[in-house]
Amino acid sequence: MIPLYWWLIVAAALFCIGLYAVLSRKNAIAVLMGIELMLNAVNLNLVAFWRYITPQALTGQVFAIFVITVAAAEAAVGLAIFISVYRMHGSINVEKLDTMRW
Amino acid sequence: MDFFFNLAPLAILVPLLMFAAIILFTHPNNRLSSSLAIGGIAFSTIISWGIVLATILSGEHIWEETWQISIPWLPAGTSVLWIGLEVDSLTAAMLFMVPFVCMLIFIYSQGYMNLGKPNQDPRYSRFFAYISLFAAGMIGLVLSGSLLLLFIFWELMGLCSYLLIGFWSFRDRDTEDHIDEAQVKRARAAALKAFLTTRIGDVLLFSGMVLLWAYTGTLNFSEIFQPEVLEHLAEITIWGLPAATVIALLVFGGAVGKSAQFPLHVWLPDAMEGPTPVSALIHAATMVAAGVYLVARTYPLFVAGSVAGDGSVLAVVAVIGAITAFFGATIGLAQNDIKRVLAYSTISQLGYMMMALGIGAYVAAVFHLLTHAFFKALLFLGSGSVIHGVEHGHHEIAHHSDHHGDDDFNPNDMKTMGGLRHRMPRTFWTYIIGTLALVGWLPFAGFWSKDEILGEAFHLWREGGTFSLPLWVWLAGTLGALITALYMGRQIGLVFWGEPRHGAAEHAHESPHSMTTPLIVLAIFAVIGGLANLPSNVPLVGGELHHFIGEVHEVSEVVHSEALALNAIVAGLSTVLAVGGLIFGWAIYRNYRVGEVEPFQRWLGPVFTLLKNKYYVDELYRAVFIRPTVWLADISFRFDTGVIDYLVNLVGRVTRVVADFGGVFDAKVIDSTLVDGTGKVTNSFGGWLRQTQTGRVQNYVLVIAVTVLLLLGLYLYL
Repeated sequence: MIPLYWWLIVAAALFCIGLYAVLSRKNAIAVLMGIELMLNAVNLNLVAFWRYITPQALTGQVFAIFVITVAAAEAAVGLAIFISVYRMHGSINVEKLDTMRW
Repeated sequence: MDFFFNLAPLAILVPLLMFAAIILFTHPNNRLSSSLAIGGIAFSTIISWGIVLATILSGEHIWEETWQISIPWLPAGTSVLWIGLEVDSLTAAMLFMVPFVCMLIFIYSQGYMNLGKPNQDPRYSRFFAYISLFAAGMIGLVLSGSLLLLFIFWELMGLCSYLLIGFWSFRDRDTEDHIDEAQVKRARAAALKAFLTTRIGDVLLFSGMVLLWAYTGTLNFSEIFQPEVLEHLAEITIWGLPAATVIALLVFGGAVGKSAQFPLHVWLPDAMEGPTPVSALIHAATMVAAGVYLVARTYPLFVAGSVAGDGSVLAVVAVIGAITAFFGATIGLAQNDIKRVLAYSTISQLGYMMMALGIGAYVAAVFHLLTHAFFKALLFLGSGSVIHGVEHGHHEIAHHSDHHGDDDFNPNDMKTMGGLRHRMPRTFWTYIIGTLALVGWLPFAGFWSKDEILGEAFHLWREGGTFSLPLWVWLAGTLGALITALYMGRQIGLVFWGEPRHGAAEHAHESPHSMTTPLIVLAIFAVIGGLANLPSNVPLVGGELHHFIGEVHEVSEVVHSEALALNAIVAGLSTVLAVGGLIFGWAIYRNYRVGEVEPFQRWLGPVFTLLKNKYYVDELYRAVFIRPTVWLADISFRFDTGVIDYLVNLVGRVTRVVADFGGVFDAKVIDSTLVDGTGKVTNSFGGWLRQTQTGRVQNYVLVIAVTVLLLLGLYLYL
C-alpha cells in the first residue's frame, strides 16, 4: 500500500492549484471552480486520514460527504449570485467588481 | 357726640380719595376734577366742624379723656409701632381753621386757574389733585395721635409743597406754545430749595423721634406726656444734656424747617414761585403753621426739657422766634414783589408764634396761628387777585398793541401797580381789612392775638427782672409790629393808591366772583377772629380760647396757663405804633412815581440795600454751604473719573490681556495641537489604512492565504 504522505502531497498540490485559480482567474465562475478544487483537496485529506489512522470510525467519510453537500449548495448559491451580478453590471469579471471599495 | 369723632378718619380719607380719583380717573374733565376736590374738602369741613362742636359740648375736661383710636401699624421686634388719631381741644381749635381755609382757597383756585377760560392752566386738574392731597396731609397732621403718624403727614405736605412750588416748572412742550423759560427755571430752583431746606429740619425731627422711641418705646402723644415718662426723660442724659432737652431741641429743629424760622427761613420767599393760591394755602395759612402746631402739640416735652436743662430749650425757641419776627419784618420793608413782602411778613408772624411758645404763652401762640391763618390767607388771595387782574390788564394791552409788548413785564412788581382801588374794589376793601388785621388795629383779629403775645412777654418781664429774656422778646415784637405797619403801609400805598404806573395796572379788572367771595368770607373772619380769645377782663367772652385749650396739656403736670387781662400800656403802645406806622408808610408811598428813588431807600441808604438783599443770607449760604458742596461734588466727580474709573478700567484691561492670552493658548495649543491633532492623526491613519479595502475579493483571499501561511510558518518554527 502506498504511504499516506503521497496522498497528502497530491491533496496539497490540488489545494494549491485551486488557490491559484481563485487568486488569479478573472472569471468568477473560474474562481468558483478553484474553490471547488480546494474543497476537494480537503475531502481527499479527510478520506486519506480516515483510511490510514481511524478506519474503524466513519467520521472522516461522513465529514467528506457533508463538505460535498455544502459545496453543492455553495455552487448553487454562487452561480445564482453571479447571474444577478451579471444582470446588474453586465460582467462577472471579479477585478471589476469592486463596488465595496472604500 | 361720639358720632362726629368716629367720622374723624373720613376727614382725612375723603380728600385723599379725591386726590386719587382725580389723578387716576377724572383728570381729563377739569370741571369735574375741581368740583370733586371742593366737594371732598367741604365734606371734611363739615366733619371737622362737627368735631369742634362735639369737643366744645363735651365740657371742660376733655383733656382728661380725649377721644382716640389707634392701630398697631408695624410690629418691630418685641415692640409695636402704633399709629392713631386723637382729638383734644387743641386739635379741635386747628380743625376749625384748617379745612375751612382750605375750602375757601379751593374755591378761589377755580377762578385763579381760569376754569373754562381760554387761558385756563393746562394742568388744571392736577393742581386740584395736589391741593387735595395737601389738605388730606394737613388735616391728618392735626388729627394725628402719635408723632409717627404726624411725621408721615408732615412729609406728605413737604411733598405737596415741592410739587406745588414747582407747579409751573412742569410744562408740556408739545401743546403749549408760549413757555416762560425763566419762570420754569425759577420754579424748579425754588421747589428744590424748599424741599432741601425743610429736609434739614425733617432730619432733626426724625432724629428726635428716634431718640424718643429709644428711650420711651412709644411715640403716642398720650403716653409720652405722662408725668413719669417726662421725668424719666429728664433724668437720662445724652452727651451731658437731659434727654428731654435734646429731644425737644431736635423736634424744634423740625419746626424751624417747616415754619421757616431764622436759619432755615430762606426757602419760604422763593416758594412764592408757586401759584398764588398755593402760597396762601401752604406757605402762609396752614403748612408753615404746622411747625408751630408741632411745638404746641409737644409742648410738655419742651417744658420738661427746659426745666431739666435750665430753661435752655424754651429760651432757644424764644430767641429764634424773636430774631425771625424782627428781621423777617425788616426784610419785608425793601421787597418789591407783592408776594415776597407777604412771604417775609409770614416769616415774621411765625416768629411771633414761636417766641410766644418760647416764653410759655402757648395759648397765645395758637391764637395767633388761627387769626393769622385767616388774615394771611386773605392777604395772599388778595394779592393773587391783584396779580390776576394786572395780568389780564397786561394781556389786554398786549392784545391791542398787536404784539407781546414788553415780555419781561413782572405782574408781581408793586412798583408797576398803583391806583387799583378803583378798578378792583372788592379786592381792595378785603385787602385793607386783611392789612389792618395783620398790622393789629383795634378791633381786628390780629390786634388781639398779637397783643396777647406782647402782653404775656411784658407781664413776664415785669415778673422776671430787668434784662430777662421776655424784655427782648417784647422789644422785638413791638419793633416788629412797627415795621409790619410800615411795610404794609408801603404796600397798600404802592398797590392801591396813586396813579397806575404801567398800562397793565391801568387796564386791570376786578377778579371773578369765585375769587372775591372767598376773600369776603375770610375778611369776615379777619374782623371777628379776635372774639375767640379776648383778654380775660372782658366780661362773658374773655379768654374763651384759654378755657378751651388752656388745659390741653394739663395731664403732663408741667404745663400751666392762664388768661391775662388787657394791659393798657402794651395795647396802647402797639396800637399807636400800628396806626402811626401804617399811616406813615401809606402817606409817603401813595404818590410814588416810577423811576424815583423810594423814600425808605433815601433815608436808610446802605441799610436799605442790605434789606433788599435779605441780609445776604442766601449769598452766605451759597458761599458757606452750597459752594463747598458743589466743590466737594466736583472733587468727588474728578476722583471718581480719575481714580475709581481708572482702577476699574485697569482691572478691565488686565482681565482683557489675560483673556487674550488664554484665547491664544486655547486656539493654538488646545484646539490646534491637541484636539485637531488627534483628528488629523486619526484621519491620516484611516486614509492610509483604507487603501487595504480594495473591494476585490481576490485581494482579501490573498491576504488570508498569506496570513495563514505566515501563522503556519510561525507555528512550525517556534
